[in-house]
Amino acid sequence: MIKYFKPFVFILCLWPLGIIILDIYYNNLGAEPVKKIMNHFGEWTLIFICLTLTMSPLKRITNLSFWIKFRRMLGLFVFFYATVHLLTYVGLDYRFDWDPIINDVLKKKYIFIGFSAWLLLIPLAITSSQKMIKILGRNWKNLHRLVYVIAIFGSLHYIWLSKTIFFKPLVYTLIIVVLLALRIKIKKRDVNYG
Amino acid sequence: MKKIKYTEITPEKIYIKRRDFIKKLGLSTSSLMIGQNFLNNAYASSNSLEPTEYRYISTYNNYYEFGTRKSDPVEKSQDFKTEPWNIKIDGEVENEINISALEINNMFESEERIYRLRCVEGWSMVIPWLGFSLSKLLDKAKPNNKAKFVEFISVYDPVQMPGQKYPILQWPYREGLRIDEAMHPLTTLVTGLYGKKLPNQNGAPLRLIVPWKYGFKSAKAIVNIKLVEKMPTSSWMRSSPREYGFYSNVNPNVDHPRWSQASERVIGSGILSERIPTQMFNGYGDEVANLYSGMDLKKYF
Repeated sequence: MIKYFKPFVFILCLWPLGIIILDIYYNNLGAEPVKKIMNHFGEWTLIFICLTLTMSPLKRITNLSFWIKFRRMLGLFVFFYATVHLLTYVGLDYRFDWDPIINDVLKKKYIFIGFSAWLLLIPLAITSSQKMIKILGRNWKNLHRLVYVIAIFGSLHYIWLSKTIFFKPLVYTLIIVVLLALRIKIKKRDVNYG
Repeated sequence: MKKIKYTEITPEKIYIKRRDFIKKLGLSTSSLMIGQNFLNNAYASSNSLEPTEYRYISTYNNYYEFGTRKSDPVEKSQDFKTEPWNIKIDGEVENEINISALEINNMFESEERIYRLRCVEGWSMVIPWLGFSLSKLLDKAKPNNKAKFVEFISVYDPVQMPGQKYPILQWPYREGLRIDEAMHPLTTLVTGLYGKKLPNQNGAPLRLIVPWKYGFKSAKAIVNIKLVEKMPTSSWMRSSPREYGFYSNVNPNVDHPRWSQASERVIGSGILSERIPTQMFNGYGDEVANLYSGMDLKKYF
């Protein structure tokens, strides 16, 4: 079953890339195409962070280990879309003009925190293979808890770039907070039930 | 209210061709007009300002009264009633004025003014407005010697403006200028766009344009112009005083605390076009820099 499901989910995960290619082809991106592409990939990065964080609570709630089999793939898509998002900013928006980019990374908190989140994703992507899980043993789990930090950084990145208090960044933040809070509860239950 | 159909709007290419045609005849609009208008148009043509396409100007708007998405204003403002519309000029004036938008249109002749518009978010357009210098209207009200600032108050109508149901900003929208800024010939009371009546999503029936300041300084759908002694607090200053100052002059050297203002994306220039450097006073420094001589523009941002 899972054998057929995984390729299907993989293709589904490429959908955000697909629609933007279609939009570029049909010149459908409106007044600020570069910003639209950048925001699109940024938002999908957050969505994939949320999806990744949903898998283990789903496993607990439904008592099915089925969900956990998608976690790595979803997590790697977080890294993929975060990288495309970053490349859009560095390459398409700023044409690899490093001076203003470095200035932004160092001085503008929303870019600093967004870039930090991307840096933190790198070790997680590198250590995502079965082999690395075996090599790292218990440390693997600790290392991969970084995703909680990344999720918070991601939502702050969105809040700080908005002109004023907007609805959408707050919704993502709320979802992430709930997903992280679920883990605290799960932990307590673990202790209670041994 | 009579709606302007898209078919009534001059397609941008034909519009530009017409302007080129007029230019080739040596009958540029500026040569037909006198005074400041001559300067405005001469300035515009010397910088070869090519207007942004109408479809972008009329669909990509920040007008939070109708919602915070760029597409909200065009989608939610089409039934907004701009007739009848009254505007009051009061406060520190000798001659308080209560006038309708229609009367203003009849009293002052609007001329075409092509100005750059730089949004604080980091994008820009070039817009062919129709309008006249605000000073002409203010002169009629005769500001007294206590009038140091001018406050602009936009309409408050949450039934017609769904965005006003949310406290995104303090409603009604308020903006302000120093009296010398308000009296500057470039400061324009706008009545139209692309040779037609001003579309609702662009601030109909009357809006302000202060081309050397970030776009949010140019209040839309104005119902009250108040001459005051003390510096008014604008809606954006109230929302975040650290980020939005009273002056808000376009200035590539003074960043927004959270993002850079050094460059801008040109709307409608396509996916592969580069950012352009933002100009001091949005390129109107020759005309307005003297208003701020001796002022620390980092402090008075």
